[in-house]
Amino acid sequence: MIAFPSLAPVLPELLVLGAALVMLMYGVFRGAAGERAVTWLAGIAMAAALVAVIAAPGDSRATFEGLFVSDAFSRFMKALVLIGAILTLIMAQGFRERERMMHFEYPVLITFATLGMLMMVSADDLMALYLGLELQSLPLYVIAAFKRDQERSTEAGLKYFILGALSSGLLLYGCSLIYGFTGTTGFAGIAERLAADGAGIGVIVGMVFLSAGLAFKVSAVPFHMWTPDVYEGAPTPVAAFFAAAPKIAAVALFLRVLVDPFGDMVDQWRQVIVFIAIASMVLGAFAAIYQTNIKRLMAYSSIGNIGYALVGLAAGTEQGVQGVIIYMTIYLAMTAGAFACILAMRHRGQMVEGISDLAGLARTHPPLALAFGILMFSLAGIPPLAGFFGKLYVFLAAVEAGLYTLAVIGLLTSVVGAFYYVRIVKLMYFDEPGEPFDHPIGGELTLVVVVTSLFVLLFFVYPMPVVAGAAGAAAALFP
Amino acid sequence: MDITLAHYLVLAAILFTLGVVGIFVNRKNVIIILMSIELMLLAVNINLVAFSAHLGDLAGQVFAMFVLTVAAAEVSIGLAILVVYSRARGTIEVEDINLMKG
Repeated sequence: MIAFPSLAPVLPELLVLGAALVMLMYGVFRGAAGERAVTWLAGIAMAAALVAVIAAPGDSRATFEGLFVSDAFSRFMKALVLIGAILTLIMAQGFRERERMMHFEYPVLITFATLGMLMMVSADDLMALYLGLELQSLPLYVIAAFKRDQERSTEAGLKYFILGALSSGLLLYGCSLIYGFTGTTGFAGIAERLAADGAGIGVIVGMVFLSAGLAFKVSAVPFHMWTPDVYEGAPTPVAAFFAAAPKIAAVALFLRVLVDPFGDMVDQWRQVIVFIAIASMVLGAFAAIYQTNIKRLMAYSSIGNIGYALVGLAAGTEQGVQGVIIYMTIYLAMTAGAFACILAMRHRGQMVEGISDLAGLARTHPPLALAFGILMFSLAGIPPLAGFFGKLYVFLAAVEAGLYTLAVIGLLTSVVGAFYYVRIVKLMYFDEPGEPFDHPIGGELTLVVVVTSLFVLLFFVYPMPVVAGAAGAAAALFP
Repeated sequence: MDITLAHYLVLAAILFTLGVVGIFVNRKNVIIILMSIELMLLAVNINLVAFSAHLGDLAGQVFAMFVLTVAAAEVSIGLAILVVYSRARGTIEVEDINLMKG
């Protein structure tokens, strides 16, 4: 007889799960009329889960026979995931009303995907990892194809599904090899076996497959092919959601898997991570130059940003992990803000996505141009904006770990990247204005733009909460 | 001849490779891609069950059950997306999935 598992560490997940089930039932019985209530309930449930995450006790607690762990690291990353999901849910509201996307399935799917992300971040076992990842991915395939009468959206969903399923297959093959050659699926057990017997070739092959699967999910080069197409084809609020919450959850999973069970194999996985970090930074910087669609540009920007975050992981130290966590916090604010600005790009109710449509925005809509400019300068890494500090922490960690080449390449690519971010600012401030965007941009977009650009602008005044929180989170991974 | 763990692993590796190659080489039909994905997941299941029997540990078989369940859900979602796609676009040829590029 196995004792009933302790449910206290899973409280945030239970809240989200319960709300998702209630939302599903309510939506089915009320139909389109219940849409607003369902969206509100999704927001409230995620906010309640956020409170539960923040209020949870500080120590590390495992439950479900060690499949699930709640520690400082998982709590910090869960808070980021929930904030990302809430911000993108708020941003989507105006778009969905205008574009007739008011189906109650949208918030339900977002909530289930968020539940999957929370499970991923807390996974302490290969089985929990796989189930969390799939619970996240399956709803995301559906919301990519959410505008089901539109060719582009369905094509985005189909591409995302095929490449996502392929990556799940790679990841799973890696899991099966790791299980076979270590004899256990628990992260702690794997770490013990590797410390005792050393890493055989079977485990290394498994670890590489697992890393390839995870690299797909974080859209690192050479597994990035789906990102630009999915961002361009999916409805804009969906692309914003893809850029924010799932990226953070996948990076958190990447950190935990490589640092926790494979901590002793750092020399083997460092080569892989250094390669994909350099490839992502270079591709993110150069491919974005030729883009004319702002959503594709953001896709390449997110590939580049993942490259920078992986620089910290390549260091393999506690400082490096702290750098990655700080980087992802700032990345969340920057992408959410940038996508909120993109959602404000409308001519007479029609969404436009061309970069050239931004010309002269400073004259037609000064506050929006100012906020977009701040976010672009921050993405380019200009001090004293937040983006600079994100890069500073990961590069410092790389230098202290002796990875000089990696840090230098990172610096050079961020100079190249600055070109296309600053070009957008030049377009907005120095080019002749075209047709002005619709005024006003809507209360919910204003809220998100103001909050994120203030965070980015004022981060340097009081960075302690993020830096100290990230330090505590990183320390939890290095017992 | 005894059938050992190595035989199962080689079989699974061959099936898995067939699945991956099937996704990339196939230029014809998206349904074949779905079949290739299924082949990959079933190769993983052979691996898991063979290891489980070899190690005398049940976790691998439990894992295989989860994989079967998730694979069913995954393919049903894939087929649903494919139906929606073929309605919107009128074709499921792999070469026609090219609205967005670059």
